[in-house]
Amino acid sequence: MDTYTFMRQLADSWILLAMFGFFASAAIWAFLPSQRRAREDASMIPFRNDSAPKASPDARADQDAPNPKGQPHD
Amino acid sequence: MNYVKLTLLGCVTLIAALGANWAHDLSYQVHAFLIMLVSAYLFLQVLRQTDEVASPAAPMDEYSDGVIRAGVIATAFWGIAGFLVGTFIAFQLAFPVLNFEWAQPFANFGRLRPLHTSAVIFAFGGNALICTSFYVVQRTSGVRLWGGKTAWFVFWGYQLFIVLAATGYLLGSTQSKEYAEPEWYVDIWLTIVWLAYLAVFLGTIVRRREKHIYVANWFYLAFIITVAMLHVVNNLSIPVSFWGSKSVQVFAGVQDAMTQWWYGHNAVGFFLTAGFLGMMYYFVPKQAERPVYSYKLSIIHFWALIFLYIWAGPHHLHYTALPDWAATLGMVFSIVLWMPSWGGMINGLMTLQGAWDKLRTDPIMRMFVLSLGFYGMSTFEGPMMSIRAVNSLSHYTDWTIGHVHSGALGWNGMITFACLYFLTPRLWGQKEMHSMRAISWHFWLATLGIVLYASSMWVSGIMEGLMWREVDDQGFLVNAFADTVSAKFPMYVVRGLGGVMFLSGALIMVWNIWMTIRAGKPVTTATPARYAVAAE
Repeated sequence: MDTYTFMRQLADSWILLAMFGFFASAAIWAFLPSQRRAREDASMIPFRNDSAPKASPDARADQDAPNPKGQPHD
Repeated sequence: MNYVKLTLLGCVTLIAALGANWAHDLSYQVHAFLIMLVSAYLFLQVLRQTDEVASPAAPMDEYSDGVIRAGVIATAFWGIAGFLVGTFIAFQLAFPVLNFEWAQPFANFGRLRPLHTSAVIFAFGGNALICTSFYVVQRTSGVRLWGGKTAWFVFWGYQLFIVLAATGYLLGSTQSKEYAEPEWYVDIWLTIVWLAYLAVFLGTIVRRREKHIYVANWFYLAFIITVAMLHVVNNLSIPVSFWGSKSVQVFAGVQDAMTQWWYGHNAVGFFLTAGFLGMMYYFVPKQAERPVYSYKLSIIHFWALIFLYIWAGPHHLHYTALPDWAATLGMVFSIVLWMPSWGGMINGLMTLQGAWDKLRTDPIMRMFVLSLGFYGMSTFEGPMMSIRAVNSLSHYTDWTIGHVHSGALGWNGMITFACLYFLTPRLWGQKEMHSMRAISWHFWLATLGIVLYASSMWVSGIMEGLMWREVDDQGFLVNAFADTVSAKFPMYVVRGLGGVMFLSGALIMVWNIWMTIRAGKPVTTATPARYAVAAE
């Protein structure tokens, strides 16, 4: 089997399956109910760190402080 | 370290001087001379600092915003340059006498057109992407940019790339690939700059204090990595001589065409879409003061866009030597792309849920919304035009030009203007832009300009396509090419006027930015208190 035919068949079968599998799992992961909290937290990132960067990693506590601007939508 | 730099810069200066002497063509000679001057200047700069007391390093608890300020100014500057050339060449098409005899061959349409496309896409768009990505990655990671002065290397290195590319086009140095015209040595330079850009961006993400990488950074990162890959593969070429600008492509024939449009369409997909979506996912929520409508949708949006865009290129090669299956594949993926594109648009627009009243009061928000509207419109028009039957009418006509401009002026232009209006007061410690009324003026001038542009090109393009395919009852073509050219004249004038309006809007923006900067001063320390004022 020459290289072209081999690559072509590989792309049509296993690679296609692998890519589709990756996409499907990313989509499922995005909608996992257990991740709900993480999604909401991530969407608030632009409203943190807007002034000086935090002095040390252990100062994370104030990240969870409610933000006066931008309430998460329902 | 300084000795390594001095050796390197000395060698570059020497080689550039040799190049300026032995150059086979004019553009290589001018470029070699330019590189010689730049590296000699840098050599002296480094020399003056060598064995001196090192100045104290910049404090790590401040964001590195100087390079972003420079980026804001560069974006505005190149924007004006690109729009000006665009408006001029629009009138060159309407009035060929503007291809002045005394300026031949440097200022004819053929040489100014690539100058225009590269100036707006790479100089205006590229600077906007670099400066906003540096802003966003710092704010969403909570750390200063990685790599100290490397960000400045990226900025100035990119400006040098732009100058080399632009002067090269005027002097006739091109490898005649759409959006990839610069010759081999400019390509190598851009690769170096781009890898430094990737290093700065990735280094900042790696050091982040947030656990999660915010979705805007995913889009920016996809843009940086994919553009690096596309650029390197599409520019694989062998220089004829080290002392000349001419090079020969490694690919030939239909393989070359396919590689070119794989590059070309993904320049649209990753440079003008993914990168600008990165802007959208940060600045739209910031301006609306509420989080993005659905973070889950943004994840799907990202992966769908990444997986689909890369296949869409072959729709540029319908009815060519490219096998039908490849063209069909490109067409199908282009149509599927419609969905994630509109998913992203809806995500951006719905972020305003409950805050639609801001549209009445906030001209910056209006710009963001309009840009998303144009994003939606051109991501519907594009898939439609990629269908083979539609393409047989639209291809090679002005419809394509109209489509490109509704995307580029409407989506990329508007979102960039809005980002500049967002960034300028914050970076120069002002409460808001100098004049909000001027933003409204800019908004309406630009909008009307785009409407004139797009509608005249629809009329002109469809008319042209129909005239080209018209046959009489004997089967002979009815129209000569020159007939379509004269029929298009009124539309060309309208298009030029649209350009004038868009350009005058941008000039108002530059005045507004200038006045804002003059009233403020660079905010060096981003203290929370000062930011609380600036963010109002």
